[in-house]
Amino acid sequence: MNNPVSFKMPSFSPAWFYLAPTLLFISLLVVVPLVTGISYAFYSFDLLAGTKEFAGLDQFKKLLSEDTVFVQSLVNMLFWTSASLFFQFSLGLGLALLLNNGFRGIKIIQPILFIPWAVPSFLIGLMWIWMFNPVTGPLPYIFEAIGLMETPENILSDPDHAMWGPIVANVWFGIPFFTIMLLAALRSIPTDIYEAANMDGVSDFQAFRYVTVPLIAPTILITLLIRAIWIANFAEIIIVMTNGGPANSTQILSTYIYDTAYQKMDFGYASVISIALLFLLMVYGFAVGRIRNKMPTYV
Amino acid sequence: MINNSKYAFVTGFLIFTLFPVFWMFKISLTPDRLLYSEGVVAWPSQITFDHYYAVIVEGSFPDYFLNSFIVSFTTAALTTLIAIAAGYALSRFRFSGKTFLITLLLVTQMFPIVMIIAPIYNVLTFINLVDSLTGLILVYTAFNLPFACFLMQSFFDGSPQELEEAAMIDGCTRLQALEKVTLPLCLPGIGATLGFVFTAAWSELLFALMFINRQSQMTFPAGIMNFVTKFSVDWGQMAAAMILALIPVCIFFAYIQKFIVQGLTAGALKG
Repeated sequence: MNNPVSFKMPSFSPAWFYLAPTLLFISLLVVVPLVTGISYAFYSFDLLAGTKEFAGLDQFKKLLSEDTVFVQSLVNMLFWTSASLFFQFSLGLGLALLLNNGFRGIKIIQPILFIPWAVPSFLIGLMWIWMFNPVTGPLPYIFEAIGLMETPENILSDPDHAMWGPIVANVWFGIPFFTIMLLAALRSIPTDIYEAANMDGVSDFQAFRYVTVPLIAPTILITLLIRAIWIANFAEIIIVMTNGGPANSTQILSTYIYDTAYQKMDFGYASVISIALLFLLMVYGFAVGRIRNKMPTYV
Repeated sequence: MINNSKYAFVTGFLIFTLFPVFWMFKISLTPDRLLYSEGVVAWPSQITFDHYYAVIVEGSFPDYFLNSFIVSFTTAALTTLIAIAAGYALSRFRFSGKTFLITLLLVTQMFPIVMIIAPIYNVLTFINLVDSLTGLILVYTAFNLPFACFLMQSFFDGSPQELEEAAMIDGCTRLQALEKVTLPLCLPGIGATLGFVFTAAWSELLFALMFINRQSQMTFPAGIMNFVTKFSVDWGQMAAAMILALIPVCIFFAYIQKFIVQGLTAGALKG
């Protein structure tokens, strides 16, 4: 205890002592299953005979050369993820700015605005199926009234626009996550910075652009990173609402994986698609990490 | 002028948030025979509480509810406890393998869960915890840990290290300094992590459906699925069950929202 703040690097860092429980849980219940799941990609499964055969890279070749559904799912996934992320983020940021300013009744309204984050995803799907159905929900009539539709129809059965159904449901669900995170980041900005800016005659917009945005940028980046990963992997709402249809128009990679594994019972090929998804997300994560490292730190 | 547009936006958000919930509430009160004939009207000509009666009194809903509460509460407590230790290590120590560890934690979020359900099932069989709430709690803990660790790390990054070092110079061990100085400062952050993990466990369906078979052990999302798997979907009861399930979550959120915002403010995810 003579030298409690030690700068010598021990050969075995005490950090691992604090990390041990996490490592135990993650390796036993996530990493071991993950490696097993990835290994499926190199086998071809025959569930009727109950056998699996080593297939090497054959299924990877099939994915890259002849799978048109894969390409379509990939394009759909980019649309699903970017549209969901864009609206969740911009509306979540707008709401966070509103709540940060404060107004009468905020204590009652704030928990109400957080409700969607706590609804199980399959219930979100069911809820919006009702809303979009012309027999049971109001939305088709509202769309007709404002001129988006000529007759009240179910958007979920229209191959050209069906993806917007799950996207609206996903936006409804995801706004509170960004609101909570960004609100917290906004509250942590010291108010004297704004006072100083005010005295220098800076406009509100300039203060937002040159003070607020740079200070909450790290939070923005990390929330965009984790949410993009979650949204790309988020299949429940689509499976419940459209099950990838009509005509694969709402099929994204994660629903295609679910379909291949549990409808076609082809775990080998489903694992190949999963690895492709994993690879794409790692590229995205790496890119965000690079931007984060290049960013100046203000605090 | 600015004030008016502010209230217009807030009202817009409130309508967007509450309208689908209101529609479910309306369905839960609509008698079955009017479900389709009065499907698009805002309020049915006649209301009934039969669905609520069926869910609360005749169904096993109170059991599901209790199971969900046990699972969510234990998962939240266990995950937060473990994440405190890990977040502390990630924040205070520099060690080789740190980048690899953070990458690993992120990668666990990138692989589709449907592909690893079977291998997890095998692990649970091996430790003899299939079809038990304990098994479910352990799986939820493992999958919520990565995000919880990142959250806790950001809270520790935001709390001043100098105080802790001062306590250690005064003769505290590192663990004592953590317990007596740093943890009280991070209390709101701990509340925020508890809140996130609790809601995640409360609404999880896939694992609950795959790892639990016994009626008596089901959590409420899996229990609600029972309404679907019958011969026809019992929409009224399902809507009633959903509305009931939202009530405790609203109370919980109203109670912890102060913590969540304060807590995240302290850490503010410096990432």
